[in-house]
Amino acid sequence: MELKKIGVLSIQGSVVEHVQILRRIGGVEASKVYLPEDLEGLDGLIIPGGESTTIGKLAVIYDLLEPIKSFAKTKPVLGTCAGMVLMAAELHQDRQDQPLLGVMDIVVERNAFGRQVNSFETELDFNGLENGLSVPFHAVFIRAPKIVRIGSNVRVLARLPDGTAVAAIENKLMVTSFHPELTSDLRIHRYFVNLAG
Amino acid sequence: MHEQKANEDQKTGSVTVKRGMAQMLKGGVIMDVVTPEQAKIAEEAGAVAVMALERVPADIRSDGGVARMSDPGLIRRIMETVSIPVMAKCRIGHFVEAQILEAIGADYVDESEVLTPADEKYHVNKHDFKIPFVCGCRNLGEALRRIGEGAAMIRTKGEAGTGDVVEAVKHARTVLGEIRRLQSMPEEELMTYAKEIGAPYEIVVETRQLGRMPVVNFAAGGIATPADAAMMMQIGVDGVFVGSGIFKSGDPGKRAKAIVEATTHFDKPDIIAKVSEDLGEPMVGINVTSLEPQEQLAVRGW
Repeated sequence: MELKKIGVLSIQGSVVEHVQILRRIGGVEASKVYLPEDLEGLDGLIIPGGESTTIGKLAVIYDLLEPIKSFAKTKPVLGTCAGMVLMAAELHQDRQDQPLLGVMDIVVERNAFGRQVNSFETELDFNGLENGLSVPFHAVFIRAPKIVRIGSNVRVLARLPDGTAVAAIENKLMVTSFHPELTSDLRIHRYFVNLAG
Repeated sequence: MHEQKANEDQKTGSVTVKRGMAQMLKGGVIMDVVTPEQAKIAEEAGAVAVMALERVPADIRSDGGVARMSDPGLIRRIMETVSIPVMAKCRIGHFVEAQILEAIGADYVDESEVLTPADEKYHVNKHDFKIPFVCGCRNLGEALRRIGEGAAMIRTKGEAGTGDVVEAVKHARTVLGEIRRLQSMPEEELMTYAKEIGAPYEIVVETRQLGRMPVVNFAAGGIATPADAAMMMQIGVDGVFVGSGIFKSGDPGKRAKAIVEATTHFDKPDIIAKVSEDLGEPMVGINVTSLEPQEQLAVRGW
Protein backbone atom coordinates (compact mmCIF):
# COMPACT_ATOMS: atom_id res chain seq x y z
CA MET A 1 0.00 0.00 0.00
CA GLU A 2 1.29 3.44 -0.87
CA LEU A 3 1.88 5.88 1.99
CA LYS A 4 -0.56 8.76 2.31
CA LYS A 5 1.27 12.03 2.67
CA ILE A 6 -0.33 14.36 5.21
CA GLY A 7 1.12 17.79 5.98
CA VAL A 8 0.59 19.91 9.08
CA LEU A 9 0.65 23.69 8.67
CA SER A 10 3.62 24.71 10.82
CA ILE A 11 3.31 28.39 11.55
CA GLN A 12 2.52 28.02 15.21
CA GLY A 13 0.45 25.91 17.64
CA SER A 14 -0.17 22.19 18.16
CA VAL A 15 1.93 21.08 15.18
CA VAL A 16 3.96 18.36 16.89
CA GLU A 17 0.86 16.88 18.52
CA HIS A 18 -0.78 16.36 15.11
CA VAL A 19 2.43 14.96 13.62
CA GLN A 20 2.78 12.50 16.51
CA ILE A 21 -0.79 11.24 16.09
CA LEU A 22 -0.33 10.86 12.33
CA ARG A 23 2.84 8.83 12.92
CA ARG A 24 0.87 6.43 15.10
CA ILE A 25 -1.54 5.70 12.26
CA GLY A 26 -0.20 3.11 9.86
CA GLY A 27 0.36 4.02 6.20
CA VAL A 28 0.84 7.75 6.76
CA GLU A 29 3.86 9.93 6.12
CA ALA A 30 3.58 13.14 8.15
CA SER A 31 5.41 16.34 7.24
CA LYS A 32 5.46 20.01 8.23
CA VAL A 33 4.29 22.77 5.93
CA TYR A 34 6.14 26.07 6.44
CA LEU A 35 6.05 27.53 2.94
CA PRO A 36 3.87 27.07 -0.18
CA GLU A 37 6.31 24.62 -1.82
CA ASP A 38 5.87 22.23 1.12
CA LEU A 39 2.30 21.54 -0.09
CA GLU A 40 3.61 19.74 -3.20
CA GLY A 41 2.75 16.08 -3.35
CA LEU A 42 0.58 16.07 -0.23
CA ASP A 43 -2.62 14.02 -0.07
CA GLY A 44 -4.07 16.03 2.81
CA LEU A 45 -3.41 18.99 5.10
CA ILE A 46 -4.09 19.64 8.78
CA ILE A 47 -4.41 23.17 10.12
CA PRO A 48 -3.65 22.84 13.84
CA GLY A 49 -4.81 24.58 16.98
CA GLY A 50 -3.04 27.78 17.96
CA GLU A 51 -3.82 31.49 17.69
CA SER A 52 -5.87 32.00 14.54
CA THR A 53 -4.81 35.66 14.24
CA THR A 54 -1.11 34.74 14.32
CA ILE A 55 -1.49 31.84 11.90
CA GLY A 56 -3.64 33.93 9.54
CA LYS A 57 -1.24 36.89 9.49
CA LEU A 58 1.82 34.73 8.83
CA ALA A 59 -0.07 32.76 6.18
CA VAL A 60 -0.65 36.07 4.38
CA ILE A 61 2.98 37.23 4.70
CA TYR A 62 4.36 33.91 3.43
CA ASP A 63 1.82 33.63 0.56
CA LEU A 64 0.14 30.50 1.90
CA LEU A 65 -3.54 31.53 1.70
CA GLU A 66 -4.07 31.11 -2.05
CA PRO A 67 -2.07 27.85 -2.36
CA ILE A 68 -4.05 26.33 0.54
CA LYS A 69 -7.33 27.51 -1.01
CA SER A 70 -6.47 25.75 -4.29
CA PHE A 71 -5.31 22.68 -2.38
CA ALA A 72 -8.65 22.54 -0.53
CA LYS A 73 -10.59 22.43 -3.83
CA THR A 74 -9.49 18.85 -4.47
CA LYS A 75 -7.74 17.54 -1.35
CA PRO A 76 -8.92 16.93 2.21
CA VAL A 77 -8.17 19.51 4.88
CA LEU A 78 -8.76 19.13 8.64
CA GLY A 79 -8.91 22.23 10.84
CA THR A 80 -8.90 21.93 14.63
CA CYS A 81 -9.90 24.96 16.74
CA ALA A 82 -7.83 27.80 15.18
CA GLY A 83 -7.80 25.69 12.01
CA MET A 84 -11.59 25.69 12.00
CA VAL A 85 -11.63 29.48 12.40
CA LEU A 86 -9.28 29.86 9.43
CA MET A 87 -11.33 27.53 7.21
CA ALA A 88 -14.62 29.33 7.87
CA ALA A 89 -16.29 31.37 5.15
CA GLU A 90 -17.06 34.06 7.67
CA LEU A 91 -16.63 35.04 11.30
CA HIS A 92 -19.57 35.90 13.49
CA GLN A 93 -19.75 39.56 14.63
CA ASP A 94 -16.40 41.07 15.51
CA ARG A 95 -12.99 40.73 13.86
CA GLN A 96 -14.11 40.79 10.26
CA ASP A 97 -10.65 42.03 9.33
CA GLN A 98 -8.89 38.78 10.31
CA PRO A 99 -7.44 36.90 7.31
CA LEU A 100 -9.32 33.64 6.54
CA LEU A 101 -9.07 30.84 4.00
CA GLY A 102 -12.84 30.89 3.64
CA VAL A 103 -12.94 27.40 2.09
CA MET A 104 -15.83 25.95 4.06
CA ASP A 105 -19.44 27.08 4.11
CA ILE A 106 -19.70 27.73 7.84
CA VAL A 107 -19.90 30.80 10.07
CA VAL A 108 -17.73 30.54 13.18
CA GLU A 109 -17.66 32.51 16.41
CA ARG A 110 -14.21 32.77 18.03
CA ASN A 111 -13.69 32.21 21.77
CA ALA A 112 -17.39 31.45 21.89
CA PHE A 113 -17.36 29.66 25.24
CA GLY A 114 -15.52 32.47 27.02
CA ARG A 115 -11.96 32.85 28.22
CA GLN A 116 -9.45 30.23 29.40
CA VAL A 117 -11.23 29.81 32.74
CA ASN A 118 -14.18 28.41 30.73
CA SER A 119 -12.09 25.93 28.75
CA PHE A 120 -13.39 22.40 29.33
CA GLU A 121 -13.27 18.69 28.58
CA THR A 122 -16.30 16.55 27.78
CA GLU A 123 -17.43 13.31 26.12
CA LEU A 124 -18.94 13.63 22.64
CA ASP A 125 -21.00 11.32 20.48
CA PHE A 126 -19.40 11.57 17.07
CA ASN A 127 -21.27 10.54 13.92
CA GLY A 128 -19.47 8.33 11.46
CA LEU A 129 -16.46 7.52 13.65
CA GLU A 130 -15.51 3.94 14.25
CA ASN A 131 -17.71 2.95 17.26
CA GLY A 132 -18.65 6.67 17.32
CA LEU A 133 -21.93 6.22 19.07
CA SER A 134 -20.94 3.51 21.55
CA VAL A 135 -17.53 4.91 22.54
CA PRO A 136 -17.73 8.69 22.95
CA PHE A 137 -14.83 10.90 21.88
CA HIS A 138 -13.08 12.68 24.74
CA ALA A 139 -12.98 16.27 23.50
CA VAL A 140 -10.78 19.09 24.86
CA PHE A 141 -12.08 22.63 24.22
CA ILE A 142 -9.61 25.49 24.78
CA ARG A 143 -10.88 29.06 24.27
CA ALA A 144 -12.79 27.22 21.60
CA PRO A 145 -14.81 28.50 18.64
CA LYS A 146 -18.38 27.44 17.80
CA ILE A 147 -20.02 26.81 14.45
CA VAL A 148 -22.96 29.20 14.48
CA ARG A 149 -24.28 28.65 10.93
CA ILE A 150 -23.79 25.88 8.38
CA GLY A 151 -24.29 25.81 4.62
CA SER A 152 -26.59 23.29 2.93
CA ASN A 153 -23.74 20.93 1.93
CA VAL A 154 -22.24 20.82 5.40
CA ARG A 155 -22.97 17.87 7.65
CA VAL A 156 -22.66 18.24 11.43
CA LEU A 157 -20.68 15.34 12.95
CA ALA A 158 -20.93 16.18 16.65
CA ARG A 159 -22.93 18.44 18.92
CA LEU A 160 -22.80 19.40 22.57
CA PRO A 161 -25.89 18.45 24.61
CA ASP A 162 -27.27 22.00 24.11
CA GLY A 163 -27.20 21.46 20.33
CA THR A 164 -24.07 23.52 19.55
CA ALA A 165 -22.32 22.12 16.46
CA VAL A 166 -18.67 21.37 17.28
CA ALA A 167 -17.55 19.17 14.37
CA ALA A 168 -18.59 19.20 10.71
CA ILE A 169 -17.68 18.03 7.25
CA GLU A 170 -18.26 19.41 3.73
CA ASN A 171 -17.02 17.04 1.03
CA LYS A 172 -13.40 16.51 2.11
CA LEU A 173 -13.12 19.49 4.42
CA MET A 174 -13.46 18.67 8.09
CA VAL A 175 -13.41 20.87 11.19
CA THR A 176 -13.56 20.44 14.97
CA SER A 177 -13.99 23.12 17.66
CA PHE A 178 -11.92 20.96 19.98
CA HIS A 179 -8.44 19.41 19.90
CA PRO A 180 -8.35 15.72 18.90
CA GLU A 181 -4.54 16.16 18.85
CA LEU A 182 -4.52 16.53 22.64
CA THR A 183 -5.86 13.04 23.33
CA SER A 184 -4.57 9.61 22.42
CA ASP A 185 -7.75 8.68 20.52
CA LEU A 186 -6.75 8.24 16.88
CA ARG A 187 -10.26 7.93 15.42
CA ILE A 188 -10.73 11.46 14.09
CA HIS A 189 -7.31 11.47 12.44
CA ARG A 190 -8.04 8.01 10.96
CA TYR A 191 -11.35 9.25 9.62
CA PHE A 192 -9.55 12.20 8.06
CA VAL A 193 -6.74 10.11 6.58
CA ASN A 194 -9.38 7.87 4.95
CA LEU A 195 -10.71 10.94 3.12
CA ALA A 196 -7.29 11.27 1.50
CA GLY A 197 -8.16 8.84 -1.31
CA MET B 1 -23.50 37.43 26.39
CA HIS B 2 -20.89 34.69 26.47
CA GLU B 3 -22.17 33.49 29.82
CA GLN B 4 -23.21 29.92 29.54
CA LYS B 5 -24.25 27.36 32.08
CA ALA B 6 -21.55 24.77 32.25
CA ASN B 7 -23.00 21.41 31.47
CA GLU B 8 -22.88 18.79 34.21
CA ASP B 9 -20.38 16.64 32.34
CA GLN B 10 -18.15 19.51 31.19
CA LYS B 11 -15.01 19.68 33.27
CA THR B 12 -13.22 23.06 33.53
CA GLY B 13 -9.85 23.87 35.11
CA SER B 14 -8.39 20.40 34.48
CA VAL B 15 -4.69 19.71 34.03
CA THR B 16 -5.36 18.93 30.36
CA VAL B 17 -7.03 22.25 29.57
CA LYS B 18 -4.41 24.19 31.54
CA ARG B 19 -1.43 22.53 29.89
CA GLY B 20 -3.27 22.38 26.55
CA MET B 21 -3.67 26.15 26.51
CA ALA B 22 0.13 26.51 26.60
CA GLN B 23 0.47 23.90 23.85
CA MET B 24 -1.57 26.21 21.61
CA LEU B 25 0.97 29.01 22.17
CA LYS B 26 3.94 26.97 20.94
CA GLY B 27 6.06 28.47 18.21
CA GLY B 28 4.74 31.87 19.15
CA VAL B 29 5.81 35.10 20.83
CA ILE B 30 4.25 36.47 24.03
CA MET B 31 4.80 40.20 24.38
CA ASP B 32 4.85 42.50 27.42
CA VAL B 33 2.48 45.46 26.99
CA VAL B 34 1.60 48.33 29.33
CA THR B 35 -1.37 49.92 27.51
CA PRO B 36 -4.31 48.74 25.36
CA GLU B 37 -2.66 50.53 22.40
CA GLN B 38 0.51 48.48 22.81
CA ALA B 39 -1.60 45.32 23.11
CA LYS B 40 -3.21 46.17 19.78
CA ILE B 41 0.22 46.65 18.17
CA ALA B 42 1.32 43.28 19.57
CA GLU B 43 -1.79 41.54 18.24
CA GLU B 44 -1.37 43.19 14.83
CA ALA B 45 2.25 41.99 14.76
CA GLY B 46 1.13 38.39 15.32
CA ALA B 47 1.75 37.87 19.05
CA VAL B 48 0.10 34.67 20.35
CA ALA B 49 -0.63 36.36 23.69
CA VAL B 50 0.21 39.50 25.62
CA MET B 51 1.45 39.98 29.17
CA ALA B 52 -0.44 42.92 30.68
CA LEU B 53 1.81 45.02 32.94
CA GLU B 54 2.01 48.49 34.46
CA ARG B 55 5.73 48.69 33.81
CA VAL B 56 8.01 46.60 31.63
CA PRO B 57 10.93 44.95 33.48
CA ALA B 58 13.45 47.57 32.24
CA ASP B 59 11.40 50.26 34.02
CA ILE B 60 10.82 48.12 37.12
CA ARG B 61 14.59 47.78 37.24
CA SER B 62 15.30 51.50 36.89
CA ASP B 63 12.41 52.68 39.10
CA GLY B 64 13.27 50.40 42.01
CA GLY B 65 10.83 50.01 44.91
CA VAL B 66 8.30 47.22 45.36
CA ALA B 67 6.87 45.84 42.11
CA ARG B 68 3.33 44.43 42.53
CA MET B 69 0.52 42.98 40.42
CA SER B 70 -0.79 45.52 37.89
CA ASP B 71 -4.03 47.45 38.33
CA PRO B 72 -6.86 45.00 37.47
CA GLY B 73 -8.56 47.84 35.58
CA LEU B 74 -5.61 48.08 33.20
CA ILE B 75 -5.58 44.32 32.70
CA ARG B 76 -9.32 44.35 32.03
CA ARG B 77 -9.01 47.14 29.46
CA ILE B 78 -6.30 45.19 27.67
CA MET B 79 -8.52 42.07 27.74
CA GLU B 80 -11.32 44.11 26.13
CA THR B 81 -9.01 45.41 23.41
CA VAL B 82 -7.52 42.22 21.99
CA SER B 83 -8.91 38.81 21.05
CA ILE B 84 -5.68 36.92 21.84
CA PRO B 85 -5.05 35.53 25.35
CA VAL B 86 -4.04 37.98 28.06
CA MET B 87 -1.60 36.96 30.78
CA ALA B 88 -0.75 38.91 33.92
CA LYS B 89 1.85 38.64 36.67
CA CYS B 90 1.44 38.05 40.37
CA ARG B 91 4.23 38.16 42.94
CA ILE B 92 5.87 34.87 43.94
CA GLY B 93 3.72 33.35 46.67
CA HIS B 94 1.02 36.06 46.50
CA PHE B 95 -2.03 33.84 46.18
CA VAL B 96 -4.50 36.71 46.63
CA GLU B 97 -3.07 38.58 43.65
CA ALA B 98 -3.53 35.28 41.78
CA GLN B 99 -7.14 35.06 43.03
CA ILE B 100 -7.79 38.57 41.72
CA LEU B 101 -6.36 37.65 38.32
CA GLU B 102 -8.60 34.58 38.24
CA ALA B 103 -11.61 36.69 39.25
CA ILE B 104 -11.14 39.12 36.35
CA GLY B 105 -10.64 36.24 33.92
CA ALA B 106 -6.99 36.63 32.95
CA ASP B 107 -6.09 33.68 30.71
CA TYR B 108 -2.76 32.82 32.37
CA VAL B 109 -1.00 33.91 35.56
CA ASP B 110 2.77 34.40 35.54
CA GLU B 111 4.04 33.89 39.09
CA SER B 112 7.01 36.08 38.36
CA GLU B 113 10.39 36.90 39.85
CA VAL B 114 10.23 40.20 37.95
CA LEU B 115 7.86 41.43 40.68
CA THR B 116 9.02 41.65 44.29
CA PRO B 117 8.45 38.27 45.97
CA ALA B 118 5.65 38.22 48.57
CA ASP B 119 6.82 35.00 50.23
CA GLU B 120 10.46 34.08 50.80
CA LYS B 121 9.77 30.40 51.17
CA TYR B 122 6.63 29.24 49.38
CA HIS B 123 5.18 29.63 45.93
CA VAL B 124 1.43 29.72 45.20
CA ASN B 125 -0.36 26.35 45.33
CA LYS B 126 -1.38 26.48 41.71
CA HIS B 127 -3.57 23.37 41.90
CA ASP B 128 -6.12 25.54 43.74
CA PHE B 129 -6.85 27.57 40.62
CA LYS B 130 -8.91 27.05 37.50
CA ILE B 131 -6.72 29.33 35.45
CA PRO B 132 -3.26 28.08 34.47
CA PHE B 133 0.10 29.36 35.73
CA VAL B 134 3.46 29.84 34.11
CA CYS B 135 6.55 29.94 36.35
CA GLY B 136 10.21 30.68 35.80
CA CYS B 137 13.14 28.34 36.37
CA ARG B 138 16.93 28.30 36.15
CA ASN B 139 17.37 24.53 36.28
CA LEU B 140 15.39 21.31 36.03
CA GLY B 141 14.85 20.97 39.78
CA GLU B 142 13.23 24.40 40.01
CA ALA B 143 11.09 23.66 36.93
CA LEU B 144 9.83 20.33 38.27
CA ARG B 145 9.09 21.80 41.71
CA ARG B 146 6.90 24.41 40.02
CA ILE B 147 5.16 21.71 37.96
CA GLY B 148 4.65 19.80 41.21
CA GLU B 149 2.91 22.88 42.61
CA GLY B 150 0.64 22.92 39.55
CA ALA B 151 2.40 25.13 36.98
CA ALA B 152 1.01 24.32 33.51
CA MET B 153 3.82 26.04 31.63
CA ILE B 154 7.47 26.81 32.36
CA ARG B 155 9.70 29.58 31.13
CA THR B 156 13.44 29.37 31.54
CA LYS B 157 14.47 32.62 33.18
CA GLY B 158 16.70 35.17 31.61
CA GLU B 159 17.68 38.41 33.27
CA ALA B 160 14.54 40.45 32.59
CA GLY B 161 14.80 44.07 31.54
CA THR B 162 18.42 43.91 30.40
CA GLY B 163 18.18 43.17 26.68
CA ASP B 164 21.09 40.77 27.30
CA VAL B 165 20.21 37.24 26.17
CA VAL B 166 23.12 35.52 27.95
CA GLU B 167 21.15 34.39 31.02
CA ALA B 168 18.24 33.08 28.94
CA VAL B 169 20.74 30.98 26.98
CA LYS B 170 22.43 29.73 30.14
CA HIS B 171 19.23 28.62 31.83
CA ALA B 172 17.65 27.07 28.71
CA ARG B 173 20.86 25.13 28.08
CA THR B 174 20.99 24.05 31.72
CA VAL B 175 17.43 22.71 31.73
CA LEU B 176 17.65 21.00 28.35
CA GLY B 177 21.07 19.54 29.19
CA GLU B 178 19.77 18.16 32.48
CA ILE B 179 16.89 16.48 30.63
CA ARG B 180 19.34 14.87 28.19
CA ARG B 181 21.42 13.55 31.11
CA LEU B 182 18.28 12.32 32.87
CA GLN B 183 17.34 10.31 29.78
CA SER B 184 20.62 8.43 29.91
CA MET B 185 20.35 7.58 33.62
CA PRO B 186 19.49 4.04 34.67
CA GLU B 187 16.24 3.73 36.59
CA GLU B 188 17.89 2.96 39.93
CA GLU B 189 19.53 6.40 39.97
CA LEU B 190 16.29 8.36 39.57
CA MET B 191 15.22 8.58 43.22
CA THR B 192 18.61 9.88 44.31
CA TYR B 193 18.66 12.30 41.38
CA ALA B 194 15.17 13.55 42.35
CA LYS B 195 16.44 14.08 45.90
CA GLU B 196 19.56 15.91 44.70
CA ILE B 197 17.70 18.36 42.48
CA GLY B 198 14.80 18.71 44.94
CA ALA B 199 12.16 17.60 42.44
CA PRO B 200 9.10 15.33 42.80
CA TYR B 201 10.12 11.77 41.88
CA GLU B 202 7.04 11.05 39.73
CA ILE B 203 7.68 14.11 37.56
CA VAL B 204 11.36 13.18 37.21
CA VAL B 205 10.28 9.75 35.94
CA GLU B 206 7.71 11.29 33.59
CA THR B 207 10.25 13.77 32.19
CA ARG B 208 12.75 10.98 31.53
CA GLN B 209 10.11 8.92 29.78
CA LEU B 210 8.87 11.83 27.62
CA GLY B 211 12.35 13.17 26.90
CA ARG B 212 11.00 16.61 27.79
CA MET B 213 9.12 18.30 30.60
CA PRO B 214 5.43 17.38 30.74
CA VAL B 215 4.54 21.04 30.09
CA VAL B 216 5.45 23.58 27.43
CA ASN B 217 8.72 25.47 27.98
CA PHE B 218 9.29 29.01 26.69
CA ALA B 219 12.40 31.18 27.00
CA ALA B 220 12.22 34.60 28.63
CA GLY B 221 14.34 37.51 29.71
CA GLY B 222 16.71 39.62 27.63
CA ILE B 223 15.40 38.63 24.18
CA ALA B 224 15.63 41.79 22.06
CA THR B 225 16.17 40.82 18.41
CA PRO B 226 14.79 38.34 15.85
CA ALA B 227 18.15 36.56 16.03
CA ASP B 228 17.84 36.22 19.84
CA ALA B 229 14.39 34.65 19.45
CA ALA B 230 15.53 32.26 16.70
CA MET B 231 18.58 31.23 18.73
CA MET B 232 16.41 30.30 21.72
CA MET B 233 14.17 28.27 19.39
CA GLN B 234 17.18 26.47 17.88
CA ILE B 235 18.46 25.69 21.37
CA GLY B 236 15.15 23.90 21.83
CA VAL B 237 12.51 25.95 23.64
CA ASP B 238 8.86 25.92 22.51
CA GLY B 239 8.43 29.69 22.12
CA VAL B 240 9.57 33.03 23.53
CA PHE B 241 8.49 35.83 25.84
CA VAL B 242 9.69 39.27 24.82
CA GLY B 243 9.46 41.90 27.51
CA SER B 244 11.18 45.24 27.31
CA GLY B 245 12.81 44.34 23.98
CA ILE B 246 9.88 45.48 21.84
CA PHE B 247 8.39 48.60 23.34
CA LYS B 248 11.78 49.95 24.46
CA SER B 249 12.99 49.88 20.86
CA GLY B 250 12.77 52.50 18.11
CA ASP B 251 10.03 50.90 15.98
CA PRO B 252 8.03 48.49 18.18
CA GLY B 253 5.50 47.35 15.53
CA LYS B 254 8.15 46.43 13.01
CA ARG B 255 10.43 44.75 15.56
CA ALA B 256 7.51 42.80 17.03
CA LYS B 257 6.53 41.47 13.61
CA ALA B 258 10.13 40.57 12.80
CA ILE B 259 10.51 38.62 16.06
CA VAL B 260 7.25 36.74 15.33
CA GLU B 261 8.48 35.76 11.86
CA ALA B 262 11.91 34.75 13.14
CA THR B 263 10.29 32.55 15.80
CA THR B 264 8.23 30.65 13.20
CA HIS B 265 11.11 30.37 10.70
CA PHE B 266 13.78 29.96 13.37
CA ASP B 267 15.87 27.55 11.33
CA LYS B 268 15.84 29.55 8.08
CA PRO B 269 18.71 32.08 8.25
CA ASP B 270 17.72 33.69 4.94
CA ILE B 271 14.30 34.61 6.38
CA ILE B 272 15.77 35.78 9.71
CA ALA B 273 18.24 37.95 7.79
CA LYS B 274 15.46 39.50 5.73
CA VAL B 275 13.23 40.34 8.70
CA SER B 276 16.19 41.73 10.65
CA GLU B 277 16.81 44.51 8.11
CA ASP B 278 16.12 48.15 9.02
CA LEU B 279 14.44 47.52 12.36
CA GLY B 280 15.63 50.80 13.87
CA GLU B 281 17.21 51.14 17.29
CA PRO B 282 17.06 48.10 19.58
CA MET B 283 16.60 48.68 23.30
CA VAL B 284 19.81 50.01 24.80
CA GLY B 285 20.27 47.19 27.25
CA ILE B 286 22.38 46.48 30.30
CA ASN B 287 25.25 44.03 30.27
CA VAL B 288 24.27 41.35 32.80
CA THR B 289 27.82 41.04 34.13
CA SER B 290 27.61 44.69 35.25
CA LEU B 291 24.70 43.91 37.61
CA GLU B 292 25.31 43.60 41.34
CA PRO B 293 24.04 40.27 42.78
CA GLN B 294 21.17 42.05 44.57
CA GLU B 295 20.09 43.57 41.24
CA GLN B 296 19.56 40.18 39.63
CA LEU B 297 15.94 39.09 39.36
CA ALA B 298 16.45 35.53 38.09
CA VAL B 299 17.75 34.28 41.45
CA ARG B 300 14.31 34.88 43.00
CA GLY B 301 12.27 31.65 43.31
CA TRP B 302 12.84 28.73 45.64
